[in-house]
Amino acid sequence: MTNWTLDELARWDDRIQEKVREFGLDCYPQEFEVCDQNAMLGYMAYHGMPSHYPHWSFGKAFEKTKTMYDHGVSGLPYEMVINSDPCLAYLMRDNSLCLQVLTIAHVYGHNDFFKKNFNFATGTRATDTISTFKARADRVRRYQEDPSISATAVEDWLDSCHALSFSRSKNPSVPRLSHEAQLRRAMEAAEPPEDPFPLLSRKPEPPEPDLLRVPVEPDEDLLLFIRDHRRDLEDWQRDILTIVDDEARYFIPQIETKIMNEGWASFWHHKIMNALDLPQELHLEFLVRHNQVVCPHPRSINPYHLGFVLWHEIEKKFGGADTPEGRRKMFEVRESDRDTSFLRRFLDARTMQAVDMFSYAQRGEHYVVDEIADEGWEDIKAKLLRQTGTASMPVIKIHDADYGGTRGLYLVHEHEGRDLEVTHAEKTLGHLRHLWGGKVWLRCSLRGKPTLLCSGPDGFDAKLIN
Amino acid sequence: MTTVFRPYEESEALRSDRSAGDRQRHREKLRRSLRENIADIIAEESIIGRDGDKIVKVPIRGIKEYKFVYGDNEGGVGTGDGDTKPGQIIGQAGDGEPQPGQGRAGSEPGVDYYETEISVDELIEIMFEDLELPDMERKVLREVMSDSTFKRRGYRKRGPRVHLDRKRTAKARIRRMIASDTDTAELRQNLQGEPEKPEDRFPYRREDLTYKRVITDVREESNAVVMCIMDTSGSMDRMKKYLARSFFFLLYQFVLTRYQNVELVFIGHHTEAKEVTEEDFFHKGESGGTMISSGYKKALEIIEDRFHPELWNIYAFHCSDGDNFDSDNDATIRAARELCEVCNLFGYGEIKPLGSHYYESSMLERFRAVDAKNFHSVLIERREDVYPSFRSVLSKERAEAG
Repeated sequence: MTNWTLDELARWDDRIQEKVREFGLDCYPQEFEVCDQNAMLGYMAYHGMPSHYPHWSFGKAFEKTKTMYDHGVSGLPYEMVINSDPCLAYLMRDNSLCLQVLTIAHVYGHNDFFKKNFNFATGTRATDTISTFKARADRVRRYQEDPSISATAVEDWLDSCHALSFSRSKNPSVPRLSHEAQLRRAMEAAEPPEDPFPLLSRKPEPPEPDLLRVPVEPDEDLLLFIRDHRRDLEDWQRDILTIVDDEARYFIPQIETKIMNEGWASFWHHKIMNALDLPQELHLEFLVRHNQVVCPHPRSINPYHLGFVLWHEIEKKFGGADTPEGRRKMFEVRESDRDTSFLRRFLDARTMQAVDMFSYAQRGEHYVVDEIADEGWEDIKAKLLRQTGTASMPVIKIHDADYGGTRGLYLVHEHEGRDLEVTHAEKTLGHLRHLWGGKVWLRCSLRGKPTLLCSGPDGFDAKLIN
Repeated sequence: MTTVFRPYEESEALRSDRSAGDRQRHREKLRRSLRENIADIIAEESIIGRDGDKIVKVPIRGIKEYKFVYGDNEGGVGTGDGDTKPGQIIGQAGDGEPQPGQGRAGSEPGVDYYETEISVDELIEIMFEDLELPDMERKVLREVMSDSTFKRRGYRKRGPRVHLDRKRTAKARIRRMIASDTDTAELRQNLQGEPEKPEDRFPYRREDLTYKRVITDVREESNAVVMCIMDTSGSMDRMKKYLARSFFFLLYQFVLTRYQNVELVFIGHHTEAKEVTEEDFFHKGESGGTMISSGYKKALEIIEDRFHPELWNIYAFHCSDGDNFDSDNDATIRAARELCEVCNLFGYGEIKPLGSHYYESSMLERFRAVDAKNFHSVLIERREDVYPSFRSVLSKERAEAG
C-alpha cells in the first residue's frame, strides 16, 4: 500500500516548485489528481481527457492496454500529463512516495514544455482544452441520442472521420486559407512581375490561372475540405468533421515533440531530484526508477532515453553543465524546435555512437541489424528522421473536386521514397468515399509505377497509368 | 503559483466506468467479425468434438482502424548496449509490438490481429444465431422437464433477501414519506451537510420491504434425436470421416441449442448396418462394399423401436462418399422416402475430397428422385465447405421456401 499522504506530497511539491523557479522553468498552474489503475487506463484510452466523446475505438484501446497490463507485458505509466492550463496530471494511487515525488518533478518539466514550445503555443489553446473537449463530447452524445440521426449513423461517420483525421496539414502555425484567399493568391501570382525595361523586352503572355478549379491550390486538410465543399451534409456531419479535425490538430504537437518533450521532462526531474537532498532511501529508489525510465530499448527509440541524452549534449556543447550559456541554449531550443529539427541539429555521429544506435530490417523470420553508427550513421539518422513525428505519415492532397466532371475527388500522394500500404489505402479510400458521397481517386506510386487507385460504387480498383 | 492536489475518491472510482459503453460496442464488433470468420474457425480441427465449457483460442481479424500509412516495411532504428554488430539478430518477427509509449503514435500499420478466448458454447451460439430448425414442431412430450426454470409471479411481503425488489421497496418508503407529511426539502437540506445525523434520515420500515414472488416453472419440453448414419466401408478414409464428423458435430450442437433433451444414435453401415458407439462410429474402419439401404433400414427400425415420431423430433443425417452397389439404389431411394416421412429433417451429405467427384460414382443425382421438402443433400469437398453446407441445409430462407 501507499506510504505517503497528500499533505506530504504537498510539502514535496513546495520544495520541487522552489527548484522549478530556481532553474527558470515557466509553468502553468498545476493540478494533480490521484487515481487508481482503472481510472488511469480510462484516461489513457481517452487521451487523458476528463471528458471525451464516446467511440468503440476507445473501448478497444482500453481493452488492449488493460490486457497488456494484466499480462505484465507493460506497466502503466507513472504519470499522465495533458496540455492544458491549468496543467492537469494524474498520479497513481498505489505508487510509492519516491515515485510520486519523481513524477511530480517530471510533470513540471512537461508543464513548462507545453507552455513554451512553439508547437503547442501556436497549435493549441491550453486554457480552453478541457472545456472544448467536454463541449465536443456533449455535442456528439446529443447527436447519438437524437432519434432522427441514430447512434449507428454517428458511429459510422466517426469511423470514417477517424480514418482520415491525420490527413491534414501537420503545421498548425500555417493558417488555412479560405477559398477566396486562395483565389486572390492565384491571381496575384499570375500578375506578370514588374518589368524594369518595358521598352526593351517583349511583353510576356501571363499564364492564365484556373480559377474555376476547386481547390485552387492542392488541399491537405481532407476533413475540412469535405466540410466546406460537400453541399448535402447534415449539420451534425459537418460538426463531427470539425470535431475530429480539431482533435487531430490538438495532438499533432505531441506527436511532433515526443523525444524533446520526454527528454526535457526527464532532464528536469533528474536535476530537481538531485537538488532536493533526498534521504538516502528515497535517493536509492529514485536512481533505480530513473534508470528504468531512461534505459534504451533494443528495437525502438525510447524517447525518454534519447531525449535525455540529447539535452545533456546540448547543455555540454553550448557552455557546459549548469552554466548560464548552456541553459540559455536549452531554453531557446525547447521553444523553437520539434523532434525532426531537434534530431537534425543535435544528433551527431558521436552521440549516435555513444548510444550505440543502429538500424535494422526484417530478414525472413528475424530482425537483423543492418547498419551501426560507426559506419552508416548518416543512413541511420535519415531513417530515424523519416520515422519521427508526422514525417512518418504520408502527405496526400486533394487536387480536384470535380474529377471527370462528375464531382469525383482526385487526390495525389506526394511520394518521397516510400509506397503507401495498399490494404490500408483501399479501406481508407472507402471511408473517404463515405465522407465525400461520391467516387474518389488517389494517384500514387507503387513499386516505381504510377498508379491510380479508385473507390467507387463498384468497389476498389487499382490501375497503372502513364 | 498554486498547485492543487485532488485526493483519490473511492466513490468516484466506483461510479465512473466511463469506458464501459465503448468496450461493449467494441466487443459487439468483435463478435460480428467472429461471425464473419466462423467458417475458417470451425474448419480448425481442434474445435470439433470439444466440450461446451472448454475455452478455445480463436484468431480473428481484429477491428482494424485504417489510415493512410506507408507500407514498405523498412524496419526501424534502435539503441543497443554498446556492442551491436551488423548482422546481429535482435528479435523474432511478430514477437509483439514495441512497448507503448515508444511507438510513433498513430503512424504505423500495427498488427490488429486478435486472439480471443471464447467457449465452445458461445462459439456455437454465434454460429447458429440466425439458423432455425426446419419443421420444429413441438411434439407431444415424453419427458416432462420440471424444476428447470423459475418464473416471477407477483410480489409478496416476505421472502429471501435475494428476492428483494429494491425499486418497489424504495417507492414504498417514498410513498410513506410523502404521506407522513415530512418536509422533504428540509430533509434534503440537512442531508447535504455532513456528518449525517440519525434524525435526518427517513428510515426504511419492515412494511416497505417488497419481495418478488418466484415460482418454479413447469415447462414441457419436447425431445429430439439425432441419427447419424455413416458409411464405414473401406473407401471412407480418415479425411472423409473427419468431414462427416464435423457435419454431425454441427448438427448435434445445433439441435442441442433448440431442445433440452437430445439423444444421439450412431449407425454404421457397409453392406450391413449396426448401431455402434460414438467411438466405433468415428474410429473403426471396416472393409467391403456398400449398401446404403441397410443403414436407412436400421434407422427406421430404431425409430420404430425407441423413438416414436409422435413423441420425438427426429433429425437424421447420412454421410457417404456416394459409392453404392448399383443393385441397391432402388431400395435406397425407397428407404429414404420412408425416412422423410418420419423425420423432421433428413439429409444426405456426399463427401468427396476435392476433385474426386469427377471420376467417382455419386448418389447426389439419384437422390433427386426423393421428392420431399424435408430432404436436403449437399456436396462437401473441403473442410471449408462444412459450415456453409450446414447452413444451406438449415437456413431459414430455405425452410420458409420449402
